[in-house]
Amino acid sequence: MSFVPGQPVTAVVERVEIQKLRQGENLILGFSIGGGIDQDPGQNPFSEDKSDKGIYVTRISPKGPADLAGLKIGDKIMQVNGWDMTMVTHDQARKKLTKKREDVVRLLVTRKSLEEAVKQSKGCYHKP
Amino acid sequence: MDTESTHSGYSYHSSRSGRSNRHGDRSRERHKASSSKDSSRSERSVVINPPDTPSQDSPVHNGEPLPGEPTPAAEQGDEAQDDNWGETTTAVTGTSELSVSQEEVVGLGKGIQDRTQSFRRYLPLAVGSCVGLLVLATPLVFLLLPAVMWPDRLQVCGAACEGLFLSISFKLLILLVAVWALFLRPSRACLPRVCVYRAFLITLTLLLTMSYWLFYGVRILDAQDEDYHGIVQFAVSLVDSQLFVHYLAVVLLELRQLQPCYSVCVIRSTDGETRHYNIGQLSIQRAALSILEYYYRDFPLHNPALLSASKHRAAKHLAGLKVYNVDAPGNAAGAQPSNGNQSRAMVTAAGKRKDSAHNELYYEEADYERRVRKRRARLVVAVEEAFTHVRRMKKEDERATPSDIMDVREAALAIFPSMARALQKYLRTTRRQHCHSMESIQKHLAFCLVNNMSPKAFLEAYLVPGPTLQYGPERWMADQWTLVSEASVTSGIKQGTEFLLKCLDFSLAITVKTIPYIRLTEEYIDPKSHKFLLLLQSETSV
Repeated sequence: MSFVPGQPVTAVVERVEIQKLRQGENLILGFSIGGGIDQDPGQNPFSEDKSDKGIYVTRISPKGPADLAGLKIGDKIMQVNGWDMTMVTHDQARKKLTKKREDVVRLLVTRKSLEEAVKQSKGCYHKP
Repeated sequence: MDTESTHSGYSYHSSRSGRSNRHGDRSRERHKASSSKDSSRSERSVVINPPDTPSQDSPVHNGEPLPGEPTPAAEQGDEAQDDNWGETTTAVTGTSELSVSQEEVVGLGKGIQDRTQSFRRYLPLAVGSCVGLLVLATPLVFLLLPAVMWPDRLQVCGAACEGLFLSISFKLLILLVAVWALFLRPSRACLPRVCVYRAFLITLTLLLTMSYWLFYGVRILDAQDEDYHGIVQFAVSLVDSQLFVHYLAVVLLELRQLQPCYSVCVIRSTDGETRHYNIGQLSIQRAALSILEYYYRDFPLHNPALLSASKHRAAKHLAGLKVYNVDAPGNAAGAQPSNGNQSRAMVTAAGKRKDSAHNELYYEEADYERRVRKRRARLVVAVEEAFTHVRRMKKEDERATPSDIMDVREAALAIFPSMARALQKYLRTTRRQHCHSMESIQKHLAFCLVNNMSPKAFLEAYLVPGPTLQYGPERWMADQWTLVSEASVTSGIKQGTEFLLKCLDFSLAITVKTIPYIRLTEEYIDPKSHKFLLLLQSETSV
């Protein structure tokens, strides 16, 4: 999931659509993010490669919109509504997620289990 | 056999060093025997004597008490039944007779020895002053002889000569002071051999002076040279060369040893006190001298009373084992370990006893610690209380009754009795009561009162054993040191040199290592390059 400079980043992603919940004046999504290119990647407990500066989901409030949509803790967010999340600062990521005009966010997230599931399914495929 | 070897060892020792310290040795032996009797009486453990032996105390007639001592006593009794009995007793009486006769011989030779000792002490001074006089007189003689022998034919020289006269006189004055400072001052120690560098320098000086005399005699006296200016310049050049030789002397004798190149490890044989020092390039005897000066400053006083405990333990290890000599005829009874298996039998038997020995040691030491701490607490309280009774006189006290006003000696004597008992008991427990006499304690108390010291400052001298110089001159034993070395004592110390400095009761083992060659490299850091980043891991909930 980490990137090699000069090479395109490839990952198996899952599409997650979260409906924002109105709580008073705010629209909340029900999860917390960590990471960013201005943060210290070594302290990220969820990344496999400790130099990965991507945005990770660090906490999911139970029964919140993100939980209901199927977001899991430790997921790396690759895109938010089409905006790239692999090379953004922490604040930029927060801004993209909390736009007041948008009711719904469509995320592309990746996790290790997705890669493995694909690998397993590939492995069962026999060439004729 | 053990008995014979220890006895012969003693007689060898006494014949080897026929010095007058035999007197001190004997009195020390008696003291040691009595102190060992005391400590064995105070031992809590019970030692069962085999029926043959008279006692387990260290025998009086041995010079150096060895850990295996009671065994010879035991073996003496055992071998009493041997055919070697006659030989053994002869050795015993032979030794005691020998030691008595040795005393007489020492007494006879003492007169001669004193004279040779003082001769040795004053020889360098005599040689130094002779050479110094020669060195000082020679230029003056060079100048005076032409003026005396052929005054009418001498060419008068003007201001140049006067300048040279002035320079000669000042240089001779400096040379006089310098020679006195380097060679004629009383030496602070008596070394076994002549210092090689001093001998070399004296030879060089004499050689220089002789060659100048030779040239003077041939060129000037024989030819009756008339050029006085040339003669004066000749004398000036002699004084200059002598000053340069003196400069060489300063470098060789004083400066060479200042730069440290060797690290020396000094270990005391009795209690293992270790110190490390850095010294420069010296001969072995000079190095031994400076190490001894450090010894008197740094090492705590050697206390033989503290060492008796381990000797008793060692004695108990061996005393419980009966070792029979199979080779002696008529001794069929008893265990049969032959000489080859003797050590193995001893070790296995010792192993069985080891379980109780370390237990005993542990409880003994814990008990001793407790007792010392208890006595110390009582002592500290007694001293603090005593110090509260006396106070320095202030201005307003001048109106007090004259009988209350005392000088420091009387004040010390007045408060001393209240702490004397506690102090005496503490010193007895830590076995240092022989180091401090009543007068010395009172003197120290007076000193502390005069200098406004706290009770803790007064007590510090008694709680911790200080360096040897702190105690009276009878403890110094400064004239009893012997240097034992395999290499010649005038050779320089090198990496791996080892030698031994023996005193009466103990010895100092000395090892020499070079200080490592240090390679220091430099790294330049631009002060503007100190920049920092703030690394966060913030978590935002969205």
